[in-house]
Amino acid sequence: MKATIRVNSERCKGCGLCIEFCPRQCIFFSKQFNKSGYHWAVLEKENDCTGCGLCFMMCPDICIETYKNKGIR
Amino acid sequence: MGKMLSRPKSLKNVALSYCPGCGHGIVHRIIAECIDELSIREKTIAVAPVGCAVFAYDYFNFDVTEAPHGRPPAVATGIKRTNPDKFVFTYQGDGDIAAIGMAETMHAANRGENISIIFVNNANYGMTGGQMAPTTLIGQVTDTTPFGRNSKKEGYPIKLCELLSVLEGSIYLERVSIHNPKNIINTRKAIKKAFQCQIDGKGFSMIEVISNCPVGWSMSPLESIKWVKEVFIKSFPLGVVCDKR
Repeated sequence: MKATIRVNSERCKGCGLCIEFCPRQCIFFSKQFNKSGYHWAVLEKENDCTGCGLCFMMCPDICIETYKNKGIR
Repeated sequence: MGKMLSRPKSLKNVALSYCPGCGHGIVHRIIAECIDELSIREKTIAVAPVGCAVFAYDYFNFDVTEAPHGRPPAVATGIKRTNPDKFVFTYQGDGDIAAIGMAETMHAANRGENISIIFVNNANYGMTGGQMAPTTLIGQVTDTTPFGRNSKKEGYPIKLCELLSVLEGSIYLERVSIHNPKNIINTRKAIKKAFQCQIDGKGFSMIEVISNCPVGWSMSPLESIKWVKEVFIKSFPLGVVCDKR
């Protein structure tokens, strides 16, 4: 796993902008609801994530954080 | 794993009250990142508007004051003149800056006040439920123009950047958008330039950010982003309108 994202599931409002702008289509909606009643964003294809940060950039609720494995390119 | 991108320090760790997909959150993050990069958080005073961003003081981790509807440029003028060493910017919506606050905006620009304005243009009054604003496009359906804005009855959309560009006091005016990552990067550069303009003491700067309002436009977040790209920025062309730095 080169990189990953962490989504704050309670802050996510399920707008889907990260899903739309993910260049590798790694992010999907969760099957469950959060406390506010939204399907939050989940990184499902964990091995495809490159940590490009476009989801972080598009997230209007700033509930995404990106992490990278520093040694692997 | 090392953390790469996360919430900037100038933004408090609280949930934003905006609707799902609203562009305000992105603009908040960009402003907070610019302030962190310029290391001016300790001396920043922001002026929040009346509108969707009325709770900006709950989100930003620096001093924010509230102003009556449309009056942030006047309040910012007072703050900047009495505290010239502070960094003062206003955050305003289109109903605030271009309708009730038009006089304050024009005169602040004409006096060449050394303040920055972040103007979030979403073509309607978002907080009150999507009524027609001065920046509503011709033919756009809103709550108060159910058959589309008719130029014979309601006039034409106000292009504030072009309007202010003829005033000698305005130094840096740019129109940017946040409908895709490329434009978000441009927005960040523009806001940083405007902030730098004030730090260097050059004078009045305004950045007009074209934003989406999914709920006010009765669209899904993705449809609203698409509408910005296909319709909105055709009427409000992006780019630097005035640069006298």
